[in-house]
Amino acid sequence: MVKTDVIIIGAGPVGLFAVHQLGIKGLKSVVIDNLDKAGGQCIELYPDKPIYDIPAVPECTGKELTKNLLEQIKPFKTEFFYNERVDDVKQDKDNWIVKTNNKNEFTAPNIIIAGGVGSFEPRKLSLKEAEKFEGTSIFYAVKDKEKFKNKYISIFGGGDSALDWALELSKFSKITIIHRREEFRGASHTLSELKKLEKNGKISIKTPCQLESIEGDKNIKNILIKFENGKIEKIKTDIILGFFGLIMKLGPIAEWGLNMNKKTIEVNSKNFETNKKGIFAVGDICTYSGKLKLILSGFHEVALASVECFKRARPNEKYRFEFTTSSKNIQERLGKK
Amino acid sequence: MPKITYIDHQGNSKTIEVENGLSVMEGAVQNNIYGIDADCGGSMACATCHVYVEEKWLNKLQKAEDGEIDMIDMAVDPKKNSRLSCQLIVSNELDGLIVTTPEKQS
Repeated sequence: MVKTDVIIIGAGPVGLFAVHQLGIKGLKSVVIDNLDKAGGQCIELYPDKPIYDIPAVPECTGKELTKNLLEQIKPFKTEFFYNERVDDVKQDKDNWIVKTNNKNEFTAPNIIIAGGVGSFEPRKLSLKEAEKFEGTSIFYAVKDKEKFKNKYISIFGGGDSALDWALELSKFSKITIIHRREEFRGASHTLSELKKLEKNGKISIKTPCQLESIEGDKNIKNILIKFENGKIEKIKTDIILGFFGLIMKLGPIAEWGLNMNKKTIEVNSKNFETNKKGIFAVGDICTYSGKLKLILSGFHEVALASVECFKRARPNEKYRFEFTTSSKNIQERLGKK
Repeated sequence: MPKITYIDHQGNSKTIEVENGLSVMEGAVQNNIYGIDADCGGSMACATCHVYVEEKWLNKLQKAEDGEIDMIDMAVDPKKNSRLSCQLIVSNELDGLIVTTPEKQS
């Protein structure tokens, strides 16, 4: 079990800045995120789109903001646990115990939930019968290419992931790529490669059409796709791969006994604590009177929450407010002196 | 104020006055219309404010930009009349607009 002062859930901009605000107060933290890297929505939804309302930064992209935040918290040598989702939170006297889906356990007097709109998960096929094949014949990510050798594979989607995997897997399997419209959105060399492989008969392209139904009991045998003009076609299929991007799911957080308001967690606007002592919610996931879902609001929220975290983690010490420009303590923690 | 009608997948409809300049998504969220999640808050990044626009209104709307069309690929059950309601800005010309929300957004 990992012992720390604060467990931060979510490695988005607000979770990252929480590390900073805690770090300059001398508190240790760990960060857990379901994605494979830091940045949250900034990286997953708009890495290259400009943001114009970060104070003193006239313009930056989600990617740049993340990079700079990571740079800013480097001195604190914080441990990040990626690809892990927090499943369970339990109280143990004055501490909280957090368990992840990866069976890791953490304990701390404080939890800061900086979970955005929830954890990112792949968007799935909406067809009901798709559920029972998930994990056996239907996948939303490729982890081990070996599983996909010498198969009939139907790939759904029109973006980079769909195209890249179509090209890659066509080296040793029969690929059909199916998309709801004629245009694919991918890098231009990927698109020309796709056309070439279609000519050579390595890949067949079906557009504009969508999945109509799946045939098979234990394993998929065929799929039926429906074209826009109503025509139905049967395609021999062993495996379906779906690449429809990611969605955000609140997930288990909803069951932790926190006061919720729709998909957000109610907090006080003094220190952003929830109805549970020592559990804080900051950033897009929290709500209070006047809440704005802005990155800058999240920064303010973690600054205040970190003070209460300090009081809980160091009950025998007095909290002293300090400026980074003049505090020797802070500068030492930042490795400046 | 322009009136916008939101119909859910079961056919229940609600007509609401939405201020000019707000999006059809904002009109829904501010009035607790069921079926529009708008997880990303209108930055065209999530496709959870996906609606079907009544056919006769389609060509009265501003054309969808590439980013919106790409996002609609990610929506649940996209159709020819699919739009993201965060990109439909209410104006007098849209008075009477009817949109249907899909069975689910994610």
